[in-house]
Amino acid sequence: MVPLWRTCKEAAALLVAREDRALPINDRLALRIHLLACKACPDFERQLLTLRQAMKQWRNYSEQDSA
Amino acid sequence: MNAPASVESQLAEHRNYLLRFARLQLRNDAWAEDAVSETLLAALSKPQSFGNKSQLKTWLVGILKHKVLDTFRHNAREVSLDVAPDSDGQEELDSLMFKADGHFAQAPASWGNPEQDLSSRQFFAVLEACTDKMPVALGRVFLMREWLELSSEEICKELNLTSTNLYVQLHRARLRLRECLELNWFGQRTENV
Repeated sequence: MVPLWRTCKEAAALLVAREDRALPINDRLALRIHLLACKACPDFERQLLTLRQAMKQWRNYSEQDSA
Repeated sequence: MNAPASVESQLAEHRNYLLRFARLQLRNDAWAEDAVSETLLAALSKPQSFGNKSQLKTWLVGILKHKVLDTFRHNAREVSLDVAPDSDGQEELDSLMFKADGHFAQAPASWGNPEQDLSSRQFFAVLEACTDKMPVALGRVFLMREWLELSSEEICKELNLTSTNLYVQLHRARLRLRECLELNWFGQRTENV
C-alpha cells in the first residue's frame, strides 16, 4: 500500500507541480488528505491561486489596447 | 504596398512597449531589438491588415510572440545551453521556507483578498520586476509558459529539454515569483496595516 502521508514540503511541491502537469491519483489523494489536516498549506494553495490569476491578468494586460 | 506615414507613426508609438515584453521574454537586448524590428516590418508590409485601429496593440503583440519564438529557434543552441543551472540558489530558498522535518519554517501569510491588488497598476509593475529578476533560464522558461502560452511539450521541443528538467525549472520559477511578491508587495502591505 502506498503511504498517503505527506509533509508540508512535499505537499507544497505537489501544489506547485499541479500548475504545470496533471498529478497521479495517489498524489492527488495524498494532497487532499494533507490539505484537510494542515493549517499552513491551504494558505500556500491560495497564494498559488493568486499568482495564477495575476499571471492571467498580466497576460491580458500585455495585449490590451487601452492596468 | 507601402504603409502611409500615419500608420508608421502609429506603429512607432508601440515600439517601446513591444521592446519591454521582448526583453522580458528573450533576456537578450540585441535579440529583443531584432524581434521588435521584425514585428514592425511585418506590420508595415501589411498595413491593410489592421483596419481596426482599436486592435492594433493586440495584433502587434500577436506578431511579436511569433517573432520571439522564431528568435528562440534561430538561437536554439545558445538558449538550450543556458537552461541547465543546478546552483541557482534554490536549495537556499528551500531551506528558508522549510524546516528539516518538512514543516514550513514560517507559516505562509494570508494574502487577504487579492481582488484589489489585481486591479492595481503598481502591483503589475512589481510582478514584472519580479519576473525580470529571475535568472535568465528560469525567466525564459517561465514566460514561454505564461506569456507565450506554450504547452509543456512545446517548450521541451523548442529548448530540447526533458519534461523532468522543465518541471524543475517551472517549479523554481513559481517559488521565486511567490517569494519575490511576498517580500515586495504582500508582506509590505501587511506591515503597513
